[in-house]
Amino acid sequence: MYHYDDFDAAFVAARVEQFRDQVARRLSGELTEEQFRPHRLMNGLYLQLHSYMLRIAVPYGTLNSRQMRKLAEIARKYDRGYGHFTTRQNIQYNWPALKDTPDILAELSSVEMHAIQTSGNCIRNVTADHYAGVAHDEIADPRPYAEILRQWSSLHPEFSFLPRKFKIAVNGAAHDRAVIQAHDIGLQVVRNNEGEIGFTVYVGGGMGRTPFIGRKVREFLPERDLLAYIEAILRVYNLEGRRDNKFKARIKILMHEKTLETLRDEIETEFAARDAKALDLPPEDVARVAAFFAPPELEPKKPVSDRVERRKSKDSRFASFFASNVVAHKVPGYVVVTVSLKAIGAVPGDASADQMDAVADLAEDYSHDELRVSHEQNLILPHVALDDLPAVYDRLASVDLATANAGAVTDIIACPGLDYCTLATARSIPVAQRIAQRFGDGARARSIGPLKINISGCVNACGHHHVGQIGILGLERAGEETYQITLGGSADENAAIGQITGPGFSSENIVGAIDTIVETYMGLRRRDDETFIEAFRRVGLAPFKEALYERSAGSDI
Amino acid sequence: MPDVITANRLADGVVVFQTADAGWSEDFNRAAVLPDAEATKAALARATEDVTRNLVVDAYAFAVETRNGHVAPKALREAIRAAGPTTRRDLGKQAEGHAPLSGPTAVKEADHVSL
Repeated sequence: MYHYDDFDAAFVAARVEQFRDQVARRLSGELTEEQFRPHRLMNGLYLQLHSYMLRIAVPYGTLNSRQMRKLAEIARKYDRGYGHFTTRQNIQYNWPALKDTPDILAELSSVEMHAIQTSGNCIRNVTADHYAGVAHDEIADPRPYAEILRQWSSLHPEFSFLPRKFKIAVNGAAHDRAVIQAHDIGLQVVRNNEGEIGFTVYVGGGMGRTPFIGRKVREFLPERDLLAYIEAILRVYNLEGRRDNKFKARIKILMHEKTLETLRDEIETEFAARDAKALDLPPEDVARVAAFFAPPELEPKKPVSDRVERRKSKDSRFASFFASNVVAHKVPGYVVVTVSLKAIGAVPGDASADQMDAVADLAEDYSHDELRVSHEQNLILPHVALDDLPAVYDRLASVDLATANAGAVTDIIACPGLDYCTLATARSIPVAQRIAQRFGDGARARSIGPLKINISGCVNACGHHHVGQIGILGLERAGEETYQITLGGSADENAAIGQITGPGFSSENIVGAIDTIVETYMGLRRRDDETFIEAFRRVGLAPFKEALYERSAGSDI
Repeated sequence: MPDVITANRLADGVVVFQTADAGWSEDFNRAAVLPDAEATKAALARATEDVTRNLVVDAYAFAVETRNGHVAPKALREAIRAAGPTTRRDLGKQAEGHAPLSGPTAVKEADHVSL
């Protein structure tokens, strides 16, 4: 993984000391809150419902053991013993004191981490496929590009005060695991007919109150033009993005208002007018950064492990874990293990300090010291030898991290909602917990197959409900929580915004409504392996609407 | 509708409530209940002074009501803010015995049956 050079280390250390001075001046009264707010936000520090909240970047979701242990230590020393992994591959602490935050940032800098640009109207943490570097279907590791974009965008003087926040995601495999079409810029690594690496570029995706799927502005962008082209997009957006209305300030609205063709023309004109030498990205620079992400030298092994097969035959829980949380690594004899932060009834994305330490130890012992955070709010051990899987499983089980539900109905993405968030209009976490408890981890949950449920506690859509196959949006109506359901959303290369089923459901009835949807799907699927989304695309909304509103007494019309 | 004034303490962000002596308490149950708009306006003015003095940030008034004989925040948001996350009873004010005496109840999956 990437390691700071002297410049990086000095840059981050200087930022910590600047913030230490800013906090001291705020506490002494030299700075008002109004003056201080932009400084704290540029360092990831929010004021939330209960306290301050510190959001720390996990660039493109990659961590080593030392970093994870530091996150655990911060949780214990400065917070309440846990952290929350988010849908942007970041981690949030919910209870830090303002006076402690300079020390927290200093601790983070000691392990090459920071909270820079995790808030504010700037280019945010660049996200990537959590299977980067290990996926079978990978064209190229997306992380070197994400790192190059991170370096280029950090404190970029031209793009530090954009009309609104700006999110970039990079996916390096054929299958999109980074939801690139829901980002301001989505980059899909591709190869052209000559075998050269480049990018298909999507612009104007986004969720929030006005969701849009990103539109393709370039089929093939050569690798060396990456920064220049991104700069052209940002320049057009910075100049023309609306600053008069926060709710219309994202590039998705500019795209919508100007149309794809016009915006594309403007981007291409800006790109054509560039200084060709100024932002060239030569292959040797890419190679220099890519070297940091070189995969560990894994000796290929037998693709089937007797040890694993024996354990599977006598331990059904292990067999379930193997079926749902383990995928093949690109090197035979190795696997990629999803560590579910979605134990039945747990808070999606939350990990205790002890759990973080346990996963860090496992990464060190069994995964070449490497970990990933997925936007699905799980952790990944990317390089586990198949023979080691029983040992890894046992150690995960000992800290309640071996739930066999990756990609299943109980692997629910949920924002913090009204339990923590000052913007929320309804709670998300209790709904996720109750849905998970309803379906459990037994035969019924397994028979449902892959199903993605996403829950957001307000229209800002941090829980990505628009692209959930079942999306749940928590709203407030007349002082009561109410939950709107969307169906048919998709977060992959076939990205789609879900369709609203109809009137919302009360907190009491929402779980029953989800159950009704699942039962309807189970009743109409053609085969056991016809997934929910396949069945939905075949039959559409109608049977689900009928089940929810005509046959069921549970709706709150 | 009666109000209570709340803010976050600057140095640590802890939620506080204005007391009858115009101080601040971490405990909602010690908050001054302001009977009318005039009282709320005067109390908010005092709170704004404490914002200016950099003791607290984001001071505002919220509505309370009497529920089961106890004063309680009217809105769920304020009830959660005064108690702590409904999903973690071991965190926030509720863990320290400072939650409103009549607070929100989280619906549990066992509380109701399938449709």
